[in-house]
Amino acid sequence: MIFDYETLRCIWWAFLGVLLIGFAITGGYDCGVGVLLPFLGKTDDERRVILNASAPTWEGNQVWLITAGGALFAAWPIAYAVAFSSLYIALFLTLFALWLRPLGFDYRSKMPNQQWRDWWDKALFVGGFVPALIFGVAFGNLLKGIPFHLESDMRMTYLGDFFGLLNPFALIAGVVSLFMLVMHGAVFLQIKTVGEIQQRAKKAVTLATSIALSAFALAGLWVTRLEGYHITSTVLQNGASNPLAKFVKRSEGLWLDNYEHVPALWAIPVLVFVAGGLTIWLSKKDRPGWAFVSSSVAVAGIILTAGVSMFPFLIPSNISLNSSLTIWDASSSHRTLQIMFWATVIFLPIILTYTRWVFSVMRGKITVEQIQQNTHSLY
Amino acid sequence: MISEGVIELSRWQFAVTALYHFLFVPLTLGLSLLLAIMESCYVKTGQQVYKEMTQFWGKLFGINFAVGVSTGLAMEFQFGMNWSYFSLYVGDIFGAPLAIESLVAFFLESTFVGLFFFGWDKLTKNQHLMVTWLLVLGSTLSSFNILIANGWLQNPHGAEFNYQSMRMEVLDFGSLLFNPDAWVKFAHTAAAAYNTAAAFVLAVSAYYLLNNRETDFAKHSYDIAAKFGLVAVLLVIVMGDESGYSVGKIQKAKFAAIEAEWHTETPPAAFTPIAFPNQETMENDFAITVPWVLGIIGTRSLDTPIIGLTDIVKENRQRIRNGIKAYSLLQDLRDDKHDPQLLADFARYKPDLGYGLLLKAYTEKVTDASEQQIEQAAKNSIPAVAPLFWTFRIMVGCGFTLLLISGLTFFYTVIRKTSPTWLLKLNLYAVPLPWIASEMGWFVSEFGRQPWAVANVLPTFLSASSLSVSQMVMSLIAYIALYSLFLAVEMFLMIRYIKQGVVYHTEGEA
Repeated sequence: MIFDYETLRCIWWAFLGVLLIGFAITGGYDCGVGVLLPFLGKTDDERRVILNASAPTWEGNQVWLITAGGALFAAWPIAYAVAFSSLYIALFLTLFALWLRPLGFDYRSKMPNQQWRDWWDKALFVGGFVPALIFGVAFGNLLKGIPFHLESDMRMTYLGDFFGLLNPFALIAGVVSLFMLVMHGAVFLQIKTVGEIQQRAKKAVTLATSIALSAFALAGLWVTRLEGYHITSTVLQNGASNPLAKFVKRSEGLWLDNYEHVPALWAIPVLVFVAGGLTIWLSKKDRPGWAFVSSSVAVAGIILTAGVSMFPFLIPSNISLNSSLTIWDASSSHRTLQIMFWATVIFLPIILTYTRWVFSVMRGKITVEQIQQNTHSLY
Repeated sequence: MISEGVIELSRWQFAVTALYHFLFVPLTLGLSLLLAIMESCYVKTGQQVYKEMTQFWGKLFGINFAVGVSTGLAMEFQFGMNWSYFSLYVGDIFGAPLAIESLVAFFLESTFVGLFFFGWDKLTKNQHLMVTWLLVLGSTLSSFNILIANGWLQNPHGAEFNYQSMRMEVLDFGSLLFNPDAWVKFAHTAAAAYNTAAAFVLAVSAYYLLNNRETDFAKHSYDIAAKFGLVAVLLVIVMGDESGYSVGKIQKAKFAAIEAEWHTETPPAAFTPIAFPNQETMENDFAITVPWVLGIIGTRSLDTPIIGLTDIVKENRQRIRNGIKAYSLLQDLRDDKHDPQLLADFARYKPDLGYGLLLKAYTEKVTDASEQQIEQAAKNSIPAVAPLFWTFRIMVGCGFTLLLISGLTFFYTVIRKTSPTWLLKLNLYAVPLPWIASEMGWFVSEFGRQPWAVANVLPTFLSASSLSVSQMVMSLIAYIALYSLFLAVEMFLMIRYIKQGVVYHTEGEA
């Protein structure tokens, strides 16, 4: 299968979405579990139950994020460069939080000392909380545009600062992403635990889902008044990747353009509310497996909503509109996209197959009794 | 233009993060293979001691693995965060092996590492063994992909500059993947990792044997590591020689700098074991030479010359002049993208565009460079000689010391069937050697490519992101502080678990 450049750019936009959604659905529940750890686990044994629920698989889950980063680098190099260098401090904080995860999981229970364990519990909380929040804040800022400028040799200058990222709209987006992952993590814990922890997880599902959906609704209303972006010059979908070859305008409500042209897209945000509502209902009815499916749909829907609203923009610039990056001018070469297409099409199914197998081996509940019997073979 | 300070700090930060990461990677890579060998012995013989070994060394593997993953994350993020111009300039090629690394290797490694630790009771013996081997496969493929990416920086074939997108783009993916330079370096690095793991297991086992603890366990471990270690160190040296030979052909400046060869000698060139190289005068202030040896080792012939640095500088001066032409044509091309004459001229000078970019350190416009600036750029187009000369010798020194120790260990283990106390002490105290060698090897490879981030294509100073000095100071301090803390915690846990010993672990009680 040889695709033309335009098709491959669309495919790679979709692949990036698949990888981000893959991370949110798998690595995302681990973030949620990290945030819930201090609230749902009252005693050391209970906390170990919560940790061991996600311990065997969290490492593989996190690779979705690494792969999304790698795919961004390979398929959208200039977007990778602009996003990562302009969000320097935010990403450093994310990195810091992510460092705590492998260490926290692996080291926490390696010492009997309670103080040591409390410290690592805090670290694991930070490791879940900070990335979950910052990813949302980053998306919020993408919708608002990032203050960067490209020179003729494509060197990027960033003219904002870290605190500029913490604007009200972006913070609401942060709340959406934080609580959607807490919701997802709580549903996961409801599957994996029994008794009191499970009851607490059930309460957390309702609370987190309600907050996530409210914040999502608020962000949606805000977007109608937010300045969106639009390409005004002729778009060369098959042209060389040069972001400076186009003209862009900005005005209020433009992010709703795609929905106006293709009304069927409204189904995506609507689906978020339906799936969110179902998650609460299924969780209450003690059907956590199905609740996990529906919370996955809600998570995917939230990410898709942001992506579809911005299409074809990847990173709009709010100080130098024409520097904005879109899928038509920020991709890798035709050849690279084609090669990476094959790599993904071949390996992604293999990954899904063995990941499924690992999850099926590790299925089943974790109980306090198991934890007490296995002081050393579990975390 | 980005400030000098930001460039310097970015370089320091990359070196710090890479060197820290590289403290953990060789042990992960090497120990995973040793674990798989131990577990294979368990499955084949059914002896419990091999299972204990897999689990105990596995625990230490896990402690090390966690920091390796943490510090590895920063590596992937860092290209975009700190080297954004590099990322967009060569991402079309360089990004691919990194993305493939995630898809093919890191997913495999990370998915099965959990099952390795948590799957003992849930899998059959054979299934668990398969999981361990998949873990080995994952970590090996991972290092392979990283070295393919690195190999392209050293020897950037299969790509060319596209004036429309202002960056390098892939021409031939095959030559990226089958870059002989990268394959040799992969074998050298992997063998070094195996040797690191062997030295680690030998040292810990020697500690037990010296203290008369866990004797049976320690003897079995020592035995495997002794055999494994000798094979590994031999492979390191053979592949190191092969890698040096390949550098001599492709990266002539790096090779000449390592050997402090300022002038092209009549072949075969003399070898200089000790020298005080002087970058200013482009001479050695003091040198001991051994006739013929370098020519024979470096070129494997009697009549191939080794090009000296002064001649390389002279050649680069011409390439810089061509680079100015390429740069000026590129400016014209922007105004008139379709003029066939311009395109033809640009195609001719394009291979030296990177040399033109070297002048950006002295003049923003490039085309207005003075003779003096060209001279300066040419002189700085070779790496600093003294640091390379010495780090290379430290690496090789460690390598041959390890060969001696591995040889003795093998002799006493396999032939004499018992190891004397002095040898056990040697095994214990020599444990830092493979790490020192690896760190030096990284330095030789990366510092030897300077002033380039991508050899002959993109200078390092242009590659950095336009950040502020304060951001860089903050992040560099944070990296150093946090990584040191992680290293301290890791060592603390390692030592604690080693001291607790094996029995504690397998009894399964606190």
